[in-house]
Amino acid sequence: MQAATDWRRAGVVLPALLMLGLAAVPFVAHYLDEPFYVSFIARMIVYAVAATALNIALGFGGMVSLGHALFLGVGAYSVALPAFYGIDNGVVHLLITLISCAVLGLVTGAISLRTSGIAFIMITLAFAQMGYFVFVSLKHYGGDDGVVITNTSQLGGFNLGQPDTLYAVALLILLLALGWTARLRVSAFGMVVRGAKQNARRTSAIGFTTRRYQLTAYVISAMLTGVAGMLLANLNGFASPNSLSWVVSGDLIVMVVLGGMGSVAGPLLGALSFLGLEEGLKAVTEHWMAIFGPLIVVIALLGKGGIVGVLTRWDQRSVRLNSTASIAPTKSGEAAQ
Amino acid sequence: MFLSLFIPQLLNGLQLGVLLFLLAAGLTLVFGIMRFVNLAHGTLYMLGAYFAASAYAITDSFGLAVIAAVGGCILVGIALEQIAIARLYRRDHLDHVLATFGLVLFFNEIARVIWGPQPYALPVPVFLEGAIDFMGISYPAYRFAILGVGLLVAGAATWLMQRTRLGMLIRAGSVNPEMVGALGVNIQLLNGVLFGLGAGLAGLAGVMAAPILSVQVGMGDQVLITTLVVIVIGGIGSVSGAFYAALIVGVVDTIGRAFLPLLLRELFSRDIANAAGPALASMLVYILMAVVLAVRPQGLFPTGGH
Repeated sequence: MQAATDWRRAGVVLPALLMLGLAAVPFVAHYLDEPFYVSFIARMIVYAVAATALNIALGFGGMVSLGHALFLGVGAYSVALPAFYGIDNGVVHLLITLISCAVLGLVTGAISLRTSGIAFIMITLAFAQMGYFVFVSLKHYGGDDGVVITNTSQLGGFNLGQPDTLYAVALLILLLALGWTARLRVSAFGMVVRGAKQNARRTSAIGFTTRRYQLTAYVISAMLTGVAGMLLANLNGFASPNSLSWVVSGDLIVMVVLGGMGSVAGPLLGALSFLGLEEGLKAVTEHWMAIFGPLIVVIALLGKGGIVGVLTRWDQRSVRLNSTASIAPTKSGEAAQ
Repeated sequence: MFLSLFIPQLLNGLQLGVLLFLLAAGLTLVFGIMRFVNLAHGTLYMLGAYFAASAYAITDSFGLAVIAAVGGCILVGIALEQIAIARLYRRDHLDHVLATFGLVLFFNEIARVIWGPQPYALPVPVFLEGAIDFMGISYPAYRFAILGVGLLVAGAATWLMQRTRLGMLIRAGSVNPEMVGALGVNIQLLNGVLFGLGAGLAGLAGVMAAPILSVQVGMGDQVLITTLVVIVIGGIGSVSGAFYAALIVGVVDTIGRAFLPLLLRELFSRDIANAAGPALASMLVYILMAVVLAVRPQGLFPTGGH
């Protein structure tokens, strides 16, 4: 019975252990005198924040946004453009990020949510592409080549351009974001958004203004993605239109699905394994994408709730083995879709 | 003076439009009938251009290059449909996005492995070199040929859709695929034929665009997104909608890029115009799409279906 309790928690224990491990990374890295790992893992954490943000729209709301790179890029440029004029106040950067992403999310979300399904995917993609070309054509700020950020965000005496500081801030934000999405998921608001994913018409029939809930979730998702972009710009000391490229939007979706859509820990697991896999394949061959691409196809073909889905099924099986229940396949709620 | 500047740009716009139509025609049907989100359509365009460049390098014949591009793309399209895509029709759109996104990454990398990172060039065929005088304006013959081929394909597509049994099935399928299947039509075969047809058209667009652009990895990604804009504006699943929308998008984009910066220079200071002109011009088709969606979410020329 003891073992069963442990298994049952595999979906909880693994992410918790991961977070603890992440907290230890900077200390280990400095002990080993390999500070490169701090920046490398920090990148994973930043993408985990972005994936967590996308999960609010995609996993909870079922809104397949192929344009979240827009918000990542706008967040990055919210640091780069003020920094270009010598403004290094982190609060100003954060405010610009939040406000611009909220406005952009509101406008593009309101237009995109007039449609659904295929059209929604294409429109979010098109809006992100529009942002990409805007920043490409801003030759004054580097255009295609991007712009180097010398004045990184100063936040309450800390310089986010410093890898260790950024690591700590990013990890804190990730922790807050995970805790908050866990609450959001089971809140009344989260329930309506998730209900709308399963059946928008029925949710409306109960009496909720479904689209307004979806739009709110979309805007929240956009703002949190923007924060990830702000962290990314500080981490790289650089912002370029490439962070708005549609491949980034696709990568974010892969992270969410790989980890487990609609679950709380999924985006974290997804981002870590995605970037870890990428780095591992890069070490094997220069043409790693020729392996990675088919892998994504396989993930899509298997499509059973991602890593969290596997953990959940694992938990359930060990429960079943102990309670000798029937072997009928159980649906693990959201994750099984 | 103005006309001599304007007409070539208008022709450029129309020519971009017919290329977009070749891509959009196949893609909109895949969207409309199979309800399948195919991000890999731009990849077929890229492969078409590469196939043509390779065939030309070997045989020195533009005609064979065209055949290699169209034939090769049909084969790749059918293989793709059989191996991966047919398994995904019944899944939701997210799985489509994921799988075809993976395919795009894969094919881009494969193209880089096979053809290398340097861009290829496909020369204009000899009999289409030079320029033609049109209303007192000299315009390259090859670009006229693109326009001609595009209009020819549009005519053939209209004939196919409106006058043949296959077209009837396609139209019926775009309204209610389940019902068409229930009436005894082999939907799987229809899907395969459609996918191959769309792939062939994408390959044709690739080979025709190759002499004016450079053939390189990723050339399909950009054009794919513009094609998606065309489809959204035209109405998903509508071939005639795709035709009009493609011409509109092609002309608006080209004219906007050519004249919007000049126009802004008249209205604002030079600095503002230089900064905002290109940015605004590149946003134009997306703004157009947003306006169309705000007014008519189903697109300008929707089919009868949903």
